[in-house]
Amino acid sequence: MSKLTLSDETRAKHGSKAPLLAIVGGALTLLSGLLSWSADPSVLEDVTVRFWPVGAQIYVMVMGVAAIVLGLLLRKRPLWMSPGRGLRILGWTIVVFALAMALFGVGYSTGALANLNEGLFVTLIGGVLVLTAGTVTPDVEIDVRAWPRLNSSLEILIIVAMMAVLLVVVAHALSLQEWTFIAFLLMIIGVAGAVLGGGLGGYLGFIGANNRRPLLLAAFLVAFLFPFTQDGSDANMSIAVQIIIFAATALGLNIVVGLAGLLDLGYIAFLGTGAYVGAMLSQSLFATVGWKPPFVVVMLIGAAVAAVFGLIIGSPTLRVSGDYLAIVTLGFGEIFRLAMFNLDGNNGPSLTNGPNGIPGIPDLNFFGFDFGERHVIAGIQLGRFANYYFLLLLLIAFVILVFARLNDSRLGRGWIAIREDERAAEAMGVNTFALKLLAFAVGASLAGIAGTIKAHVDTSVSPDQYIFLESAFLLAAVVLGGMGTVVGVLVGAVILKLLPEKLREVNDYRLLMFGLLLVLMMRFRPEGLIPNKRNQLQFHEDDEELVELIQEGHLEEVEAMEEAK
Amino acid sequence: MTAEAVVVEEKVAGATVLEASNVTMRFGGLTAVNDVSMHVREGEIVGLIGPNGAGKTTFFNCLTGMYIPTEGTVRLNGEVLPPKPLKVVRAGMARTFQNIRLFGNMTALENVMVGRYCRTSTMAITSILRGPKFRREEEATRARAQELLDYVGLGKSAELLSRNMPYGDQRRLEIARALATDPTILLLDEPTAGMNPKETEECMNLIFKIRDSGLAVVVIEHDMRFIFQLCDRVLCLVRGALLIEGTPGEVQSDHRVIEAYIGGDDDEGDEEEVKK
Repeated sequence: MSKLTLSDETRAKHGSKAPLLAIVGGALTLLSGLLSWSADPSVLEDVTVRFWPVGAQIYVMVMGVAAIVLGLLLRKRPLWMSPGRGLRILGWTIVVFALAMALFGVGYSTGALANLNEGLFVTLIGGVLVLTAGTVTPDVEIDVRAWPRLNSSLEILIIVAMMAVLLVVVAHALSLQEWTFIAFLLMIIGVAGAVLGGGLGGYLGFIGANNRRPLLLAAFLVAFLFPFTQDGSDANMSIAVQIIIFAATALGLNIVVGLAGLLDLGYIAFLGTGAYVGAMLSQSLFATVGWKPPFVVVMLIGAAVAAVFGLIIGSPTLRVSGDYLAIVTLGFGEIFRLAMFNLDGNNGPSLTNGPNGIPGIPDLNFFGFDFGERHVIAGIQLGRFANYYFLLLLLIAFVILVFARLNDSRLGRGWIAIREDERAAEAMGVNTFALKLLAFAVGASLAGIAGTIKAHVDTSVSPDQYIFLESAFLLAAVVLGGMGTVVGVLVGAVILKLLPEKLREVNDYRLLMFGLLLVLMMRFRPEGLIPNKRNQLQFHEDDEELVELIQEGHLEEVEAMEEAK
Repeated sequence: MTAEAVVVEEKVAGATVLEASNVTMRFGGLTAVNDVSMHVREGEIVGLIGPNGAGKTTFFNCLTGMYIPTEGTVRLNGEVLPPKPLKVVRAGMARTFQNIRLFGNMTALENVMVGRYCRTSTMAITSILRGPKFRREEEATRARAQELLDYVGLGKSAELLSRNMPYGDQRRLEIARALATDPTILLLDEPTAGMNPKETEECMNLIFKIRDSGLAVVVIEHDMRFIFQLCDRVLCLVRGALLIEGTPGEVQSDHRVIEAYIGGDDDEGDEEEVKK
């Protein structure tokens, strides 16, 4: 992005025109929502009628309003805000929005660009104006000391409000389809980016850091309330369930890749191990093991077996590192799949029914609570997937707890030291081999637990679910979201699982799109979407503001510690 | 043993901490370290000099278990050290590296906290459950790390990424990290390389301070003025073999040492070092 910013002189010269530009651009964007976008009523929920905004048109109007507000803020800037940055983000998003809707939403979907009406051109002009306004605004330093200090109950209220907004946004987003969904997503990116990038982000982060526990509780409350917004429908819940399983596995992988720095390309095998254990010990008629322990025991066995597999693959291979380890783990992933494919009684013990897999796995039943049935709570229906969703929510809470606590401990520091310089870590007394094995075992067991639940959610297990591509996707989620962080991996998992479900139209190109996305990420934001502070410093070491911010926080901590003494 | 060595032993009265006897290290046909013996006493600073390629760092690697010596043994406080870096650190010998090897993407404080790893014991389950033992140990680790940073004069840089710190600070941070392992002997591999005169003097004072706290110190260095001011005793290695051992005065005036640096066909870049 650095090449696209202007020199300081140009900014100082034209900076005074920025508010006007932003307001005009915002007004044009607002207006474009009232115009006609397409001559064909079949796309984007009929955007042919003028002065009757629907769906995507409403979203563009919201962005227009946001631009006008930022333009007004430019005239009288609070010390802790930087509306210029917000305008840049918003401007880019409006431009991308206009192009995406014109080329794909209308052009590609109707089969001809000739169906385009005047509306999106106006949007494009508005977006360019907003972007220009943001670009000519002189960069300002955000004064963190000017943050308003509120009392803690008010701060918690802000957090709760934020989470409520999040819940409404997610529920609404999931009710949309195809290009309207993309339009909504772009609007959220634009508005949230403008608000957060414009200075509120740092402030909200500050509030969040002050109230970690309430924030965490509120986040889980939102996740818990989500099924109640779905009105008994399983369509979105089944996606949500798959996302959580994927995210839990990716978090396990994050211990191995993000913390210990060991590249594992066969990680899906551990999820598969758990799933096969779950299936073999289930009540299914096709289960190959006669013993039917309660599910809690199955989960523990799944975790243990996966951990043992982790140790088996780890103990000989962890003597090699880097590229070699990647190749060996890749091989292990394939061996797992082929072994499951062949253990059908003809080529070995009859364990997996070979390519047919183990179908007919019944739903879980906890003390009479049948996961397969609908339940009505407070007048709201909850379907089968909602039941599993609650169970998986507990699982991911557990996984996050394990990850966060290990990360912030002696072992976590040991892992990161190994990632940074293995020889030096060893010379400083870190037991590198044991720690690397531990990373493999812990990561694998987390995936194993997720696998046992996955077997019941999917009702069947077969080898073709555990191909290399799945391992690659897990790794992509970790890299996309931000290595070594929890929130980043969750975001990465949501993006990678949700987009293909919502955009079936481009499902065929999803590999191409994710490949492109990753390449762009590596160029513009190598630390991931939501990096931890450490990684952010790693890639932006010249950002003095960031360095100061972090240092200040630490010094305050030290002072507080000394005072406490 | 020569007469000079006896004199030295009388001067410094302390128990022998480190005793390396007849250490030989061969890589195929190349003998990098040839039959070198060294002993270090409590509260003593021993210098190790020699032209480039004399085998000083290789000797360090043999002492710390990073290489397994072809022949010879290393004793620390009377016990034979197994050639495993991990066990060497636990036994009480810590080192720094010639080319700084910090954990670049960790903060200064975290770097030092890693040094505490071998003196702490919480494992996975305890870390996840966060019992009182975990909290106590974690707090103690943090406090000790901050204390060590203050000790080497980096107290205010605790939250900087170590890779972004100035060169001299990185060297001092490496010393702090090594001290965090509670060593009885500290091996410093060219601690002043790349430092300006002021930093070099600060570094010398820091080493004196460490010595005064009861540790034994072994220093590899090319800066002759630094080494002769600092050390109680100096060993000179040439082509893997021990040339001379004695007080700084004796080594400084020994014509063989001067020859080894200037006269021989060793690396010529070292000439300037001697002229200092």
